[in-house]
Amino acid sequence: MLRLTDVVTHYGPIRVLKAVTLEVRAGEIVCLLGGNASGKSTTMKTILGVVRPTAGRVEFEDRRIDRLPTEAIVRRGVSLVPESRRIFARMTVWENLAMGAFTRQKAPAGELAEDFERVYTLFPRLSERQHQLGGTLSGGEQQMLAVGRALMARPRLLLMDEPSMGLAPALVDQVFDIIQTINRQGTTILVVEQNAAVALSIANRGYVLQNGRIVVHDTARALLAADHIRRAYLGED
Amino acid sequence: MAPPGWLRWVAWALGLAAVVGPLLAPNDYWIGVMARICLYATLALGLNVVVGFAGLLDLGYVAFFGIGSYVYAFLASGHFGLHLPFFVVVPIVVVATAVSGLLIGAPTLRLRGDYLAIVTLGFGEITYLLLINLDRPVNITGGPSGIIGIDPPALAGFTLSRNTEYYYLFLAALALALIASVRLRHSRVGWAWQAIREDELAAKTMGINTTVAKLQAFAMGASFAGVGGSFLASWQRSVFPENFLFTESINILAMVILGGTGNLLGVVVGATLLVTLPEVFRDFQRYRLLVFGLMLMVLMVVRPQGLLVTDGRREEQEDQAV
Amino acid sequence: MADVLQILPQQLVFGLALGTVYGLIALGYTMVYGVLLMINFAHVEIFMIGAYVGWGVLTALLNAQVGGLHPAWVVPLLLLHAMLVAGLLGVCLERFAYRPLYLRGATRLGPLISAVGASIFLQNAVMVTQGARMKVYMTSLLFPRGWRIQVAGASISALVIVMIMVAGLMMWGLHELVQRTTLGRSIRAVAEDRETAAIMGVNVRRVIAVTFFLGSALGGAAGVLVGLYYTQIDFYMGYSAGLKAFTAAVLGGIGNIKGAMLGGLVLGLVESLAVTFGNPAYKDVVAFIILILTLVFRPTGILGENVAEREKV
Repeated sequence: MLRLTDVVTHYGPIRVLKAVTLEVRAGEIVCLLGGNASGKSTTMKTILGVVRPTAGRVEFEDRRIDRLPTEAIVRRGVSLVPESRRIFARMTVWENLAMGAFTRQKAPAGELAEDFERVYTLFPRLSERQHQLGGTLSGGEQQMLAVGRALMARPRLLLMDEPSMGLAPALVDQVFDIIQTINRQGTTILVVEQNAAVALSIANRGYVLQNGRIVVHDTARALLAADHIRRAYLGED
Repeated sequence: MAPPGWLRWVAWALGLAAVVGPLLAPNDYWIGVMARICLYATLALGLNVVVGFAGLLDLGYVAFFGIGSYVYAFLASGHFGLHLPFFVVVPIVVVATAVSGLLIGAPTLRLRGDYLAIVTLGFGEITYLLLINLDRPVNITGGPSGIIGIDPPALAGFTLSRNTEYYYLFLAALALALIASVRLRHSRVGWAWQAIREDELAAKTMGINTTVAKLQAFAMGASFAGVGGSFLASWQRSVFPENFLFTESINILAMVILGGTGNLLGVVVGATLLVTLPEVFRDFQRYRLLVFGLMLMVLMVVRPQGLLVTDGRREEQEDQAV
Repeated sequence: MADVLQILPQQLVFGLALGTVYGLIALGYTMVYGVLLMINFAHVEIFMIGAYVGWGVLTALLNAQVGGLHPAWVVPLLLLHAMLVAGLLGVCLERFAYRPLYLRGATRLGPLISAVGASIFLQNAVMVTQGARMKVYMTSLLFPRGWRIQVAGASISALVIVMIMVAGLMMWGLHELVQRTTLGRSIRAVAEDRETAAIMGVNVRRVIAVTFFLGSALGGAAGVLVGLYYTQIDFYMGYSAGLKAFTAAVLGGIGNIKGAMLGGLVLGLVESLAVTFGNPAYKDVVAFIILILTLVFRPTGILGENVAEREKV
């Protein structure tokens, strides 16, 4: 569904991504792992067109998207849950979700209502806080809001940038449970994570990014099992 | 970017022309224009300290110009009956304008760029309003009619009267202003200003007292305007509130920007252009501001760094030429 | 003192009318500042041009000797023309004078100076094409002098009532738009966090253009109202209104729409009170003093700022 081929991205003179190649097939959960400054967020931004790659190709459903503006890519069915959530603090929960559905304005009202229902079912807490300002929610609730907001676009591919960041362990488990649920409901997911163990526990396959290059690529189970890989690239749990 | 050697020759040539020209080709009108260029260049250098060095967008610089001029008028005319000599008045004016620089700068210290601009703009307006209205109940400023009958500069018994004489005085002052600017740029406070201009927060974390540095920028910049104001008053032999409108602030700002903010030679070039062009296009007086506004917009889009881009070394060499 | 108190109600009503106009202009500033974090210096010139457009339409109607001139349809006509021209002008300004600058991520100085240049340009363009002498709004032909009501010792003309109604209606309309519609949400989203809004699929450039259109249109409407009230307009009128409208925006909280309206009202009232009890020559100083006090003691304004934490332009 998503394919990056030899993608190179620069920030000014610095080459952040150096020939990244990865693939996400429909229905999968794939995780992209790596430490700080390995280029994980840049990969996300490149896919979404927030930054343009200097070389290489990004294809979504067999069509090139690396030259398209972000909003066009979003309309094609790619949605992002940004790093550190970045919900609209000055808007209510409902309004945040409505913004998530921005690209679907032409959809019949019934569909949108369904989507709200789906999000509220996944995240009952959000339903309770519908008219509260986003800025007043707790960290965990904001994460749920960010995920819910991304789901409102009915994406076929959901990108998630470090969903565990800043969350207590119990919440992390909750979030990743929800990610699995969403996947079972039919959404393909690419998760970028530092917390390798949790990410690999729900993923089908994993890539490890280091210094802008993919150094390891295998099934999640194999990655979890291989001790030396764990220690070398992923750090101790 | 032009190689330093080439521009050095140009600077020398211009410097020479500036000094010798009026003696060889005594056209009173054009010498007057050149005098005005020197006057405005001095003002622009002062604003350059605030905008170019410290990065503070002052849109009300004309306030200092006005204060300088009027203080000179108070001290050297029939208005209050004080006729202090030139070399006594000018330092007083410089101190007075520097103090006004501190007063105007003080409220702006915590303001971001746009707000700073608006507030300084407002101060410029307030100054104009005060100049034009403070003739009641006590006649301080002479109101809309201004102050006339100001003494010309008298230096060691010799009273200036011809444009050529004024020109050389202003030229000398410009040279001093250039030297001062170079010295300032490479001084401790100059480095502080540069740091503030680039990133104020980072400057603070480096231990720079940004409050003091900013106030210093305002005071220094204002004092240049004090000199300029003294010159205007003593040359024109009169001052009027109309000399100090907002458009004058923008005029001087344009001189700074046109040449390349922070670039000393550029500022002089900018002053030259902006004083000369209206003279050349006298017939099109009506369109002057129109073109001016258009020029500002276009300049920002096309070449925001100004017409000249140079390095600092040549400034010192240019000094010597002057 | 007694005679001062006597004209007080009158002055208060006048202050109210003035305040609503300030509020309209302030809205233009605040909206643009909200999405771009820049002060659109040229905004007041757009207000001035709105006044001229209204004058042009009114004069054309009078010259064509169209009978049955009633403010009920003439005023909306003037407003419509002025708002359209003003809005489009604002969009052009953004497209050609500002967008190339903020896209490039130029320093803060760049867009500001360009705005000042645009302001000077527009001012003088009008002066050159329309002449330096003032134009007159023949308001008395639309609003006969007799149309006034007496309320609590104040004689309020129909014109003032119309002004307050129109301005109030527009502000309410804008508020509803911003709060309830998808477009309004996208404007708020862009103002709060441009990058995330883009991730939601919002066409940020289009939203910015729309914001400029709306803000400028309101400024144009304010121009017509001012023209009708003061009956004299000249190319310099934008300049005097500028500082005050900006003060109103800052007073209420820059970027905050309700703030702009509130700030306008407060400023209008305070100014008319100051004129009543003080020296009218310094009335412009009132606005400035309020500005300084606000920026020094409560920089976020009465209702609080509404701008992004991240620096933008």
